[in-house]
Amino acid sequence: MTTPLLVIVAFVVVSAAVGVVGRGRSEMNVEQWSVGGRRFGVILVWLLTAGEIYTTFTFLGASGWAYSRGAPAFYILAYGTIGYIISFFLLPPVWRMAKRLGLHTQPDFFLARYDSPALTALAVLIAVVSIVPYLQLQLAGLGMIVEIASAGALSSTVAIIVAFAATCLFVYTSGIKGIAWVAIIKDLAMMVAVAVIGFGLPTMYFGGIGKMLGELMRRHPSHLTFPGTTPSMGVGWVISTILLTGVGFYCWPHTFASAFSAKDDRTLRRNAVIMPLYQLPTVLVFFVGFTALLVLPGLKNPDGALLSLVTRSYPGWFAGFVGGAGAVTAMVPAAMLLLGGSTLVAKNLYRPMRRRAVSERHLMRASRAFMLLIAALALALTLSSRTDLVKLLIFGYDGIAQLFPAIVLGVFVPRATVRHVMPGLVAGVTAVIALIWSNHDTFLGMNAGFVGLALNAAVTMVAIGAAGAPAGERRSDAAA
Amino acid sequence: MTARRGAVSLAVALVPALALVAGLPFVNRVEPVVLGLPFLLTWILGWVLVTPLFLAVAYLLGDAGPDRPGGEVGR
Repeated sequence: MTTPLLVIVAFVVVSAAVGVVGRGRSEMNVEQWSVGGRRFGVILVWLLTAGEIYTTFTFLGASGWAYSRGAPAFYILAYGTIGYIISFFLLPPVWRMAKRLGLHTQPDFFLARYDSPALTALAVLIAVVSIVPYLQLQLAGLGMIVEIASAGALSSTVAIIVAFAATCLFVYTSGIKGIAWVAIIKDLAMMVAVAVIGFGLPTMYFGGIGKMLGELMRRHPSHLTFPGTTPSMGVGWVISTILLTGVGFYCWPHTFASAFSAKDDRTLRRNAVIMPLYQLPTVLVFFVGFTALLVLPGLKNPDGALLSLVTRSYPGWFAGFVGGAGAVTAMVPAAMLLLGGSTLVAKNLYRPMRRRAVSERHLMRASRAFMLLIAALALALTLSSRTDLVKLLIFGYDGIAQLFPAIVLGVFVPRATVRHVMPGLVAGVTAVIALIWSNHDTFLGMNAGFVGLALNAAVTMVAIGAAGAPAGERRSDAAA
Repeated sequence: MTARRGAVSLAVALVPALALVAGLPFVNRVEPVVLGLPFLLTWILGWVLVTPLFLAVAYLLGDAGPDRPGGEVGR
């Protein structure tokens, strides 16, 4: 075993152990497992939300795009900020509804608000289908990390399976609390790794970040503006992608549900105020990607650019540390996605479909079973196909962002009913599937998911406008 | 009064969002280089940095504002 590989394995084992121990002594039921008894203060909520931003995607995907495409990668810096601004207004009323009505999952919200099993089932379906590429991204990242760090000593297939099994283990046993503790390790390790290599690598090869960028501007002048090296990712694509992913940011069942674990609504607002700063290390990741382009041009796998440069430039133990940080950075979001996905399938699809009442213990067992099922599905897809990491995430967003109109109307427009939001949702999803399958992603210069969302919003607006304020329409249970 | 504060709070929070979306067509260039950074990156990074200031103002404005109908008094 190589030194980097040993360090990575140690990292993964310690994190999984912390996750398992992190459950504490509380009796495990679905409420504890999925929302931690709704008692998390600003720090734990912050860690969990952060656990969802700093994913393998940021680490490998962002540097990979900075390396291969240039400026279009900058969208990553902007979309989170848009997401936090939206969350500032959206999450507090969601939290109050959740508290009042005892909601655990995002589909609980749809069911409580719109009183429509069909809409709820559709929302679960969209969520699970969108979660799979996001999970796939984390797994592919994991495999890549171990493969590069071990210089091929361990095949990525074995690596993916082992690290993923460790992730499943701590989600299975301890639920959200376990994840919160592992998120602490992950964020510390990630920050240290990114700070060291983000300042270190440009300095090592060029004498500083400014000098490295100067060299880049001389050698690849078009790399630092849209559309970078791509034929289709101009300003229109960037704007539509920022809008799509920005509004989609809190539409994920796990990000939406992070609002449920907060102690109060004010915690969520304060959190939104500081979160944008947490994005800043992404810039350092871009710098590493740019440095790699200048030092190691022509890599076959751009997503591996960061790690290839790190293993070449630092001693083995440090390369192992960066790899280990990267591995945990894949495990935590994968855990969140698994937890979120499985809870909602069990609670919002499986339970309503059973004729007889389902006990709490039965539900807990079902959640865990679905967790393993979703994990297996993502694993199979990861091992059978390869797409670049950023593309996988954008696919996920193409789907999940379609829930945005239904969420916003559900929170802020009391008279909106399922008859207003359903046609838009169906139109949006259909458009996205049609565009992607017919190879029209980037349609009229815009992201296909955004085109779907625009159609979705337009249809919803027309439906609600045409309905006016008819007499006798049931006043639904909206947010205060 | 509180409704107006809510609207102002929304308007303040939307400033960085507009800059990061609608502003992009006007800043898609390398020059002028600011502190070694190309202009496009300076613009995006700068707005991300100041977004917390805008949100903090929105927080202070909105705290006693419209969506705390439960009678809780804002500090």
